[in-house]
Amino acid sequence: MADTHDDATRRDFLHVASATVGLVGTAVAVWPFIDQMNPAADTLALASTELDISGIEVGMAITAVWRGKPVFVRQRTAEEIATAAADDKADLPDPQLDADRVQKTEWLILVGVCTHLGCVPLGQKSGDPKGDYGGWFCPCHGSHYDTSGRIRKGPAPLNLPVPPYAFTSDTTIKIG
Amino acid sequence: MSGPNFPNPIVRWIDHRLPVFTFMHHEMHEYPTPKNLNYWWNFGSLAGIMLVIMLVSGITLAMSYTPHTSMAFDSVERIMRDVNFGWLIRYIHSNGGSFFFIAVYIHIFRGMYYGSYKAPRELLWLLGVVIMLLMMATAFMGYVLPWGQMSFWGATVITNLFSAIPLVGEDIVTLLWGGFSVDNPTLNRFFSLHYLMPFVIVGVVVLHLVALHRFGSNNPLGIDTKGPQDSIPFHPYYTIKDAYGLGVFLVIFAGFVFYAPNFLGEPDNYIPANPLVTPSHIVPEWYFLPFYAILRAVPDKLLGVVMMFASIAMLFILPWLDRSPVRSGSFRPVFRIFFWVLFADCLLLGYLGAKPASGIYVVLARLGTAYYFAHFVILLPLLSIFETPRPLPKSISQAVTSKGTAAVIAALILVGGLGLGGTPAKASGGDIPKQDWSFSGPFGTFDRGELQRGFQVFKDTCAGCHGLKYIAFRNLAALGYNELEVKAIAAEYEVLDVPNEEGEVLMRPARASDRWPSPFANDNAARASNGGALPPDLSLMAKARIGGPDYLYALMTGYTEAPADFSLSDGMSYHIYFGGNQIAMPPPLFEDGTEYSDGTKATVDQQARDITAFLMWAAEPSLEDRNRMGFKVILFLLVLTVMLYFSKRKIWASVH
Repeated sequence: MADTHDDATRRDFLHVASATVGLVGTAVAVWPFIDQMNPAADTLALASTELDISGIEVGMAITAVWRGKPVFVRQRTAEEIATAAADDKADLPDPQLDADRVQKTEWLILVGVCTHLGCVPLGQKSGDPKGDYGGWFCPCHGSHYDTSGRIRKGPAPLNLPVPPYAFTSDTTIKIG
Repeated sequence: MSGPNFPNPIVRWIDHRLPVFTFMHHEMHEYPTPKNLNYWWNFGSLAGIMLVIMLVSGITLAMSYTPHTSMAFDSVERIMRDVNFGWLIRYIHSNGGSFFFIAVYIHIFRGMYYGSYKAPRELLWLLGVVIMLLMMATAFMGYVLPWGQMSFWGATVITNLFSAIPLVGEDIVTLLWGGFSVDNPTLNRFFSLHYLMPFVIVGVVVLHLVALHRFGSNNPLGIDTKGPQDSIPFHPYYTIKDAYGLGVFLVIFAGFVFYAPNFLGEPDNYIPANPLVTPSHIVPEWYFLPFYAILRAVPDKLLGVVMMFASIAMLFILPWLDRSPVRSGSFRPVFRIFFWVLFADCLLLGYLGAKPASGIYVVLARLGTAYYFAHFVILLPLLSIFETPRPLPKSISQAVTSKGTAAVIAALILVGGLGLGGTPAKASGGDIPKQDWSFSGPFGTFDRGELQRGFQVFKDTCAGCHGLKYIAFRNLAALGYNELEVKAIAAEYEVLDVPNEEGEVLMRPARASDRWPSPFANDNAARASNGGALPPDLSLMAKARIGGPDYLYALMTGYTEAPADFSLSDGMSYHIYFGGNQIAMPPPLFEDGTEYSDGTKATVDQQARDITAFLMWAAEPSLEDRNRMGFKVILFLLVLTVMLYFSKRKIWASVH
């Protein structure tokens, strides 16, 4: 009887092992079919955008495109800078100092996507509503951002994010 | 309904409301299967698995493919170069089509040999033939999608078949095209239908399985199961046997996907579709060749089309042509001989379908076609009357017939041989001498030094006239250049910028993410500068010509003085290997035509080797990844297959 018992054990082991190896192989084979949905090499290669900001006057803003998303580039007025700095002490839903959100105080650079559900807030053009805090106003669900792009009122949980950027010269920035 | 008693309470709860587990238990575990099925019975499940593989790879490819004439070819190249694992998925899909047909054709011949189409399985058989027809339509439309030369001209020729229909033929063709030629509307609808048809196939497969489970599988003896002693549950006996067979099949499949991915394809399909130039030798994919041979064998347009469709219609009426009460060919001594003659005839037709339609090939194709039809409409009915079958065994358990794996593998090799024979007259490249390349063979890699030198030759010599549009500067990192070097190379070139604020389009220095700029503003400018001949883009050249890298090397080095009796046209150069022995491109390479930065002496031969290696990399940048992954995948599959083999032996030990 010992023989048949050994035999049964060996058989069970073989079956479990084969099934395991087969399942592991299948699981690994699934990965390429999922990973193909991740950004392709040419998409990743476009991850940075260079921008000439010499044409933006004080108080004006332009919207650039970076990774398919709008980026707000604004040259702030002295008044806006002062308000933003003063509001550092206000009751902020997502507390952050204005100084931590800019490299040069006059240049505010933000990803222009509302942190609530992804709409593009208004406030870039002179006629746009700028919300209660003089920055941006998201028309979808009523979020108000201040002159530092911080969330002040409304359903959005976070400030407008600052993308990685660097001044490559006084008049050009590289985003990403 | 008294279902099985499942121990798991959740399973019981679900099963009571939705009896899927009872259904599975019934169709898998209780489903009695003849115990004597040989390995030829594996191909049904293999075909089913290939269908799943085609669906998964096809749906994922569709996520990156663009069905527009101006973008389809480029989007396929983007899949091959930029999409993560895109080359793998595309090669699985393109070779998967062939392997689906291999499995199905073997499955059909198995049914024909063992009489699986006879009562009571006629509808099972008919549904199978319907599946084959749907597969053919799907495969044809899928082949059009990459929008290469073979795609375009295949679509043109096949849709024109319908113009043979009297009276309404032309209208039907216009309807199929959605225009006055194969064009964007055609591509759009083919994509739509290519996506739809596989799901129709799945539906018919379900019906095929329902019909199968009505009376169960036929078997090598062709006699009905007489009781429990003749049958065994499908699971685990045939699940493990199918799994083992799948392992073997996948090893061969992986061999093609990783080491010969373009073997079953046509180099011409790496040339973008051109409605003004038909390739000199157009052939369908190998699985259509026998039918194509029949089409061409008939010297009348309408009749040729009719005969081609009739050759498939023969399969539809097969159950009523063969009236012999004995199913299995094993007990029909005369039928058996003619079966193999028919099999050989189909291989012959496949071979002839790939040959030019002239001379002896036409004669043979006519004989082959005549025999094909004679088999069905004359031989089979006569055999039903005059053949004396051998006595049938009383029951399955009494007789034991079992054919080894060897026969199946031999058949696979044979079918592989059909593919080989089916590969169109590559003889025209036969006089091109073979070269040794570092990148050939399963362990081949590119030599970085060679690639960099080749790139230098390209920049100094080729780039003046030829584009390289599928290569972005960033791709040059693969040649061993670092990020700064890549940027520096890119900055040497200019590309069109986006319109500035005044709306002017100016040039700007290229960046790493830019693709190689074309040396000419457009094709006409290129022709005007090159005596009317368009210098082709070189990105895919190493895959777009028969002979590949060997051809490129021969092209670079094949210039000589024209023989005295050869009349050379104006502006042409004499060439040993180029078709017609004259070529518009003047000899491109000269002794020291470039100065290698690594100090290598720039002989013509050296430059030819280097530029060829570079262009091979440009055409197939995933080659090294492919070789490495292939080795791992095949090793894994071999281990798994051995384990499955021993599991199968253990499980079956108690049966025999």
